[in-house]
Amino acid sequence: MTTAHAEASKEEFPHEPEKATLEGRNKVLAFWLFLGGEAVLFGTLFATFLALRNQTNEGPSANELFHLPLVAAATFILLVSSLTSVFAIQAMHRNRPAVLRNWLLVTVALGLGFLILEIYEFTQYVRHEDFGMTTSAFSSAFYTLVGFHGAHVAFGIAWIAILIGQLMRKGLTVVTAPKVYVSAMYWHFIDVVWVFIFTVVYLLGKVG
Amino acid sequence: MAQAAHTLNSSKPLGHGHNVKRHTGLMDWLTTVDHKKIAILYLWAGGLFFGIGGIEALLIRWQLIKPMNNFLDAQTFNELITMHGTTMIFLGVMPIIFALMNAVIPLQIGARDVAFPFLNALGFWTFLFGGILLNLSWIMGGAPDAGWTSYTPLSTSTYSTTHGVDFYTIGLQIAGLGTLIGGINFLATIITMRAPGMTYMRMPMFAWTTFITSAIILFAFPAVTVGLVLLTFDRILGANFFEVGAGGNPVLWQHIFWIFGHPEVYILILPAFGIISEVIPTFSRKRLFGYSSMVFATILIAFLGFMVWAHHMFTTGLGPVANALFSVSTMLIAVPTGIKIFNWLFTMWGGQVRFTTPNLFAAGFIPTFTMGGVTGVMLASAPADFQFHDTYFVVAHFHYVIVGGLVLGLFAGLHYWWPKMFGRMLSEKLGKWTFWTFIIGFHLTFFVQHFLGLMGMQRRVFTYLPNQQFDLLNLVSTIGAGLMSVGMIIFLVNIYLTSRRPADAANDPWEDGRTLEWTIPSPPPEYNFKQTPLIRGIDAFWKEKMAGNKGMTPAEPVGSIHMPSATILPFTMSVGIFIAGLGFMFSRDDFGNAFMSFMFNNYIVTAIGLIITFGSMLLRSLYDDHGWHIEPEELEGSERT
Repeated sequence: MTTAHAEASKEEFPHEPEKATLEGRNKVLAFWLFLGGEAVLFGTLFATFLALRNQTNEGPSANELFHLPLVAAATFILLVSSLTSVFAIQAMHRNRPAVLRNWLLVTVALGLGFLILEIYEFTQYVRHEDFGMTTSAFSSAFYTLVGFHGAHVAFGIAWIAILIGQLMRKGLTVVTAPKVYVSAMYWHFIDVVWVFIFTVVYLLGKVG
Repeated sequence: MAQAAHTLNSSKPLGHGHNVKRHTGLMDWLTTVDHKKIAILYLWAGGLFFGIGGIEALLIRWQLIKPMNNFLDAQTFNELITMHGTTMIFLGVMPIIFALMNAVIPLQIGARDVAFPFLNALGFWTFLFGGILLNLSWIMGGAPDAGWTSYTPLSTSTYSTTHGVDFYTIGLQIAGLGTLIGGINFLATIITMRAPGMTYMRMPMFAWTTFITSAIILFAFPAVTVGLVLLTFDRILGANFFEVGAGGNPVLWQHIFWIFGHPEVYILILPAFGIISEVIPTFSRKRLFGYSSMVFATILIAFLGFMVWAHHMFTTGLGPVANALFSVSTMLIAVPTGIKIFNWLFTMWGGQVRFTTPNLFAAGFIPTFTMGGVTGVMLASAPADFQFHDTYFVVAHFHYVIVGGLVLGLFAGLHYWWPKMFGRMLSEKLGKWTFWTFIIGFHLTFFVQHFLGLMGMQRRVFTYLPNQQFDLLNLVSTIGAGLMSVGMIIFLVNIYLTSRRPADAANDPWEDGRTLEWTIPSPPPEYNFKQTPLIRGIDAFWKEKMAGNKGMTPAEPVGSIHMPSATILPFTMSVGIFIAGLGFMFSRDDFGNAFMSFMFNNYIVTAIGLIITFGSMLLRSLYDDHGWHIEPEELEGSERT
C-alpha cells in the first residue's frame, strides 16, 4: 500500500499515464459514462430539431438562411482540431510535455477560430436575416441545438486552456495526465456532435 | 485490488498530512465527502421533503373529504397536487434511495468509499439546493400549478403566468444535475471498486439494482434536462418549441417528458426490488431463489423501460399502430417483474422465516406491489386505457407501485440498515406498529380509488358534486390517509426514542446477515474496512459463517489507508448554481426598484452565481487533493464480532 511516492523518472513514467492510478482509471471510465449521457442530451436536441425544422412561421427557412462555405470552413477547422488533440495525446504517451503543450495550444486556437465563425454566423442571422430565438419553432430549435454545441466548444476551450497552464506549472504527471486525456475525449465528442449538426442541420437544410 | 493502486501517484511527493484539518459540527457536515455521512444528509433532506410532500397530500385529501368542499380554492389545489407529485418523486423518495445506496453500496462491495467522494458531495448539495429553490416558490409568488408532468400548453407562459413553472423547470434542472452526478458515481464505483473476488455475479442484489438504476439515470435524465431547457427557453426567452402559433408542438413535451418519465419509475422501483431481495433471504435464512434470473429480470426491466413511454400518451392520438406497439411492449414488462415476484415467494418457501419489522415490510410489499402491477397491465391495454385515462384508477395504480412498492421497500430498508447507519436498532415494537398502521392506512386510501376511477371520478379535480356515489369512498380514502400519517408519526417517534439510547448495535445485529456490511462495526469506521476482504462466493459473509469462520479473510495486510480530504467546494458550487438559477428566473421581471431591476435584468445575479460555480470548479482543478492517510496504529484495534 505505501510504496514510496518517489519521483517518477523518465524510464518509470508509464506509457499510458492517464490509466496509471485508480483515480485516473476511474476518471476515464466515468467520463465515458458521462459522454453516454451527453449523447442522450444531444440526441434529444436533435430529435427536437428534426421535429420542428420545417416550422418556419413565415420566417427564413434553412435553405434561404444557410451559407455552406462558411459552415464548411468551420467544420474543417473543428475536424482539424480533433486531429491536433490526437497528436497531443500521442505526445503525452511518448512523455514529451513540450510537444503536448504545443499541440494543445493549436487545438485551443482552432477551437477559438470555430467559435468566432459561429458567433459571426449567428450575428449575421440576427442582424441581417431577422432570424432570432423567437422567430419560429425552427429558429428556437436551431439556436438551442447549435448553441448548446457552441457552449460545449467554449467550455472545452476554457478547460483545455486551464490544463495548459497546469501542465506548465505542475508538469506532466499521473495526476495531470488523466485530466488532459479526458479533455481530449470531450473534444472528440463535441467534434462528432458537430459532424451530425453539419449533416442534419446544414446539409439537410440545404437539400430538403 | 483497487486501493493498492495508489502507490504511483504523483511525480511530486505527496502531502501525507497527518495534521489534516478536521472539521467539527456544522462545518463537518458541509464539507464531508464520506459516503456514510452523505447518506445521512440525503436521509434527513429527503425525509424533510417527504414530510412536506406528505403534508401536501393530507391537504389534498382534506379538500376531497366531502363534495363541494371549500377548504382550498382551485388554484391552491392545483399547486398542491403539482408540488405533491414533484416533491415526493424528485425530492422525497429519490434522495432516500440515494441515502440507502450511499450507506450500503460501498460496504456491500467491500470498498472504502465511492469512486468519486467529491462528486458524491456535489450530487447531494445540488439536489438540496434544487429542492430548496423549488419549494421557495411557495413564498415567492406561487408554486407550480401545471401538474407534476407540467404538460404544455398549460405550463407555457400563456396559461401559467406566475413564476411557478419557472421554479419547477429550474429547480428540477438543478436537482436533476445532482441525480445524474450520483448515477455516474455509482456506476463507476460498482465497476471499479469491488473487493477482490467480488465478481459481478457475486454482487448482492441491492448492488445490482443500484448498478442498473444508475444506468437508467444516466440515459434518462439528460432527456428531461433538455425538456426542461426547452420549456425554460419558451417561458423566459420567448422561444417557440411548444407554441403552436409559431410552429411549435406541445406533444413534443409529452414525448420528451415520458422518454425520461417512464424510465424514472423504474429508477424508483428497482432499488426497492434490491432492498426486498436483501431482506427476504436474510430473514428466511436461505439464499435468494433464482439469483441469476433476478439479475436478468432487472436488466430486462431497465431495457424495456425505455421502450414504453408512449403508453402514457394513448389518448394523445398517436394512432392505432403506435398504441398497439406500446401496449405490447408495456405488457412484456410484466414477465420479468413476475419472475421477481415468484423468486421472492420461493425464497421464503421452506425458509426459517422471521417476521421482524424489515421482513414485515418486505412481505407486505409483495402482494401490494403485485396489485399495482396488475392494474398496470390493465392500463397497458390501449382501448381500456381510453376509459381509465386521467381518472382515479390511474392515481390508485401509481400509488400502489410507488407507495405500496417503493415506500414499503424503503421502510424495509431503513429498518434493516438503520443499525448499520446509526449504530442503534430501531424498536421492533414501534416498527410493527408503523407497519400495520401504514399498510392498513395505505390500502384504505388507495384501494377505494380504483373504484372511484372506474365510476368516473377524474383526477386533479379540486372538488366534485354530491350524489355520484363518490362521497363515501372519498371519505374512506381520507381516513386512510390519516392512518398512514399515524404510521409515519410512529416511525418518527421510533427514530427519536432510538436516538436517545446508547449506540450499541453489534456488527451483525440481525444475526443472519449475509453480506459484507454486516462484517464491520455499526456504524462503520471512516475507512469502512481495516483490510479489504476477500470474496469467496455469493452472500460472502454467510459463506464464511457456514464454513465456521468468524469473519472475512483479508485480501491485504494491514496498512495505511488513503482518505480524500474534506472540502467546502461542492457546497459553494451548488450555492452558485442556486443563485444563477434564481437570477435567470427573474431576469425579465420589473421589480419597481432600480437596483434590483439592474441586478436581475442585466443577468448580473446570474453571472455572480455562475462565477461562484465555475470559480469553485477552477479551484478544484488547480489545487490537487492529495488526501491524507490513516496509519495502521490509528486503526480501530479490535473490531467487534
